[in-house]
Parts: sequence; structure tokens; C-alpha cells
Amino acid sequence: MCGIVGLFLKNPALRPHLGGHIKTMLIGMSERGPDSAGIAVYHKPVRKGQCKLTAFHANPNYHWREIGGALGEALNAEVDIELKGNHAVITVSADETATRAWLHHHHPEVRVMGYGQLMEVYKDIGLPADVAERYGVAGMEGTHAIGHTRMATESAVTTEHSHPFTAASDMCLVHNGSLSNHNRLREWLRRRGHEFETDNDSEVAARYFAHRMGEGASLAEALEAGLTDLDGFYTFTMGTRDGFAVLRDGIACKPAVLAETDDWVAMASEFRSLANLPGVEHAKIWEPAPAVVYTWSLPKAA
Amino acid sequence: MISVDLAQSSIRDLNERLHKLPPDTNERAWRVLNPKGAHAIAAGLTVPIEVVVEGHAGYYCAGMNKEATVIVNGHAGVGLGENIMSGEVRVKGNASQSAAASGQGGLVVIEGDASARCGISMKGVDIVVGGSVGHMSAFMAQSGSLVVCGDAGASLGDSIYEAKLYIQGSVESLGADCIEKKMTPEHIAKLERLLARAGIKADAKRFRRYGSARKLYNFHTDHADAY
Repeated sequence: MCGIVGLFLKNPALRPHLGGHIKTMLIGMSERGPDSAGIAVYHKPVRKGQCKLTAFHANPNYHWREIGGALGEALNAEVDIELKGNHAVITVSADETATRAWLHHHHPEVRVMGYGQLMEVYKDIGLPADVAERYGVAGMEGTHAIGHTRMATESAVTTEHSHPFTAASDMCLVHNGSLSNHNRLREWLRRRGHEFETDNDSEVAARYFAHRMGEGASLAEALEAGLTDLDGFYTFTMGTRDGFAVLRDGIACKPAVLAETDDWVAMASEFRSLANLPGVEHAKIWEPAPAVVYTWSLPKAA
Repeated sequence: MISVDLAQSSIRDLNERLHKLPPDTNERAWRVLNPKGAHAIAAGLTVPIEVVVEGHAGYYCAGMNKEATVIVNGHAGVGLGENIMSGEVRVKGNASQSAAASGQGGLVVIEGDASARCGISMKGVDIVVGGSVGHMSAFMAQSGSLVVCGDAGASLGDSIYEAKLYIQGSVESLGADCIEKKMTPEHIAKLERLLARAGIKADAKRFRRYGSARKLYNFHTDHADAY
């Protein structure tokens, strides 16, 4: 069992409160996932020519600053490091691919949780309330955020196995369910040049959607293709730079509730996590239909 | 009217108070405030009281209900009135999956839509849905009636036994061994009574009836030699 939540703000006036709301939503799913929790938040866009990475190392006293210095020297770039728990948000005035390649080569022990221009990813073991507190989720502003609370059934309770999973720039996925053809699909993706970091089935789904979007598919088209290629139980919620999507498998094995007002769209495994959103009493609330792709996107100007 | 605010007291406290009521209690009218999707609200009631839930309920609301009337002024989560024995459960909004699952008696009214597996394994409960139902509704339904004023999703009545299904709108597909059957005047009269009991306005003559072809579960004497 797991819990998933997502909040996509349509009204810019709510952006300062994104973190507060997603924290409440995450805590609402504690019973569904008390082992670990994670969020991806879309905020603080970097300047042109910069990229940012969220990196993790289990050692809370890891020498991030030294690595930042070496990275800056190697890429002739400015590096800014913000430390939060055992995560570091690294902003670099260099190309994203080059930055990731350097880190991967010189510090393979560092796990890159997410990368892009906006997205930051925080995930850790512990109760959702504790994880949210550790990373100061309540104080985070932004346009949209996606979260996951995990009750591990098959793989270990570690930060690495926690959601969200990232497989492309500013893209992340949370999953409730289990895929039955993930081994084959992992091989299929490996042959197409994708590298995997865990044995988790949800990572396969994330890389599959990234692969489809890399081929030129839109968010909706990628999810549509997933209905054919992914076998198993799933409720997915996905975030991209300017998009938000929800998809359930054809027999809708795992729960999901959507709610929408003029100000926001929210998704959660259960209504409990939506119950405290502003204006929820007048929201349109419905259960997403099986095998139907739901997407929302930010207006271009935003 | 006794009000219990779930922002102040726990669901366990509420249910304990309701469970302790004797059959001849005078405390017959209850109101539950701030449900906020909590699970198991008013589950396991056994006495003829009325509980009104002011908001959206979570999983298993009014599960195993006996004698009581539970009204949800909102939506309900998975397993509404599951295994209901008697009494009435009414939801003003929509109900999630497996509403009235394995219900043995009583009446479940969903004024909005019910999603997948509504009435799965129903064993005598009557279910009236003002809107539509999702896929696999009335799966292995044994007895009782499922009335749907809107449409039914795929595989309606798969592996059905002797439950009666009345659908006014379209049926996406019928499950194994489920067939359309003739609407006789008796069926129309029965459906009219059900709709009246549920307080749902609809013209019984516009409904189609579905039920078991009795080929999947019935013993055929033709096969006696096989044993």
C-alpha cells in the first residue's frame, strides 16, 4: 500500500502556500505509507544557462562544499549549494548533461534525485510528518508538487527506493501499485540506452514515460502509450516543467480521487488528503475513470 | 439530535458510543460533523437510529449496517455499506468502488454515481443508483436488486447468480453469463416499488432487465455422466 498526492496551482496567488498544502496532503496519507515519504516541488526557476540538481548522500556530514568546488573548477562554472538534511540542491552555471556526467564519473556514491530548471526532489525514510519537517516542506512556494508516502511491500525501505522517481529533466513520477512486466520493460529500455539506479518497478515506469517523451510524445501521448505497454496495477501522478497528469490502469485497482476548483487541481489516493484544501467544499470531486489520461498544463506565460 | 464533531473526537469514540446504544435507545438522531474522509464512520451499527454524516466519508462508511439509517451528505469512499444486513444507507453524492459489496439485506441508495464493482457479490441487498455505475458491477451477484438510472460500465453482472439488474441507460458490455431478460409487468411493479422506497424519480418502464443465463453455475443433468 502507498499513498500519493499531487497539487497543481492554477491561481498564482496560492503559490506561496504550495508547500503548506502539500505537507498537509502528505500527512493525510500517513496510514497508507508510514515508512518513507518524498516530494517533488516545482519552484525557483534557475537563470538561463544554469541547471539545478537535487543530490543525496546517506552521510549527513557529506563533503558537499568540496565537491561543489571541484565541480565548479572542472566545468568552469559557478556552483551554489543549499544543504537540507542529507540532500543538497546544487545550482550550476553549466549544462545539465555535463554536470550530471561529471558527478556520475567523479562521485558515483552521490545519488541524483532530480534535475532540471525548476524541480527539486526530497525523499527520505520516516513518517511523512517527520520527512516534511526535516526538509521544510511547509515553507516551499511553487506552482505544483507531487508527493508519495510509502509502505514497502517488495523492495527495501531506503531513500533510494522512495518515490518520486525522476527520469528526465524536470520530470517525476509517483506510483501506487505494482507492475508485472517491469523486468522485460527494463531490458527493453536498457537496449535503448537507459540506465537504471534501482530494481524498483516504478523507476521502470518513470523511464518508460521519459523514453516516450524523448521520442517526441506529449505528456498525454506518453501516458496513452503506457496503457498498452505497462502491465499491472497502477495509479500514477506525474509532473513535468509545466504539466501535471494522472492515470489509472484499466481495472482501476488502486484508489484515486481528483478535485478541481478555479484555483487548483488536486489528486490523492484518498479524500482525506484533500479535505483541508482551501475551497474544497465547493470543488468538483470525482474518481478518475480507469484507463483515462488526465492532464493539466500551466499557461505559457506563467 | 446528538452532534459528534470528528475534529474534536476520534472515529473510535464515535463508533463506540454508537455501538453501546441499546435497541430501545431514545438517542435516535445523530449528526457527524467534519468527517473529512475518515474511514469506518458509523460502521457496525446494530440498532434503529439515524446517523447523518455532514460531509464526505472515507472507506467502509456504514459497513455491516443493521437496522440503522445512515445518510451521507457528500461523497463516500471505497466499500460504502459493505456487507449491509438491513436498514438503509444513503449517499447524496457519489460512492467509490465496491459500494454495498456482499450486502445481505437492507437498502443502499447512491443518489449520484457509483464507481467500479458496485454490488460485487451482493447477497440480498437492494441497491438504487441515481447515476451510473462503473465496470464489473454486480460481479458474482447472488441475490437482491441493482437499479441503475444511468449507464453501466463494462462487464456488468459477470458470473452472476440470481440477482436482478435493472439499467435505464446503456450497458458498455455484459459479463460472462449475464444476459438481457424480459421486463414483465411484475418486474415493472417491483422496480416501481424499489424506486419509490429509494425516493428516486424514474420511469420503471424505461428500464431493461439483466440477469443470469444460468449456464455458468447451474448443474446440467446432461453432464450427470461426468460424475
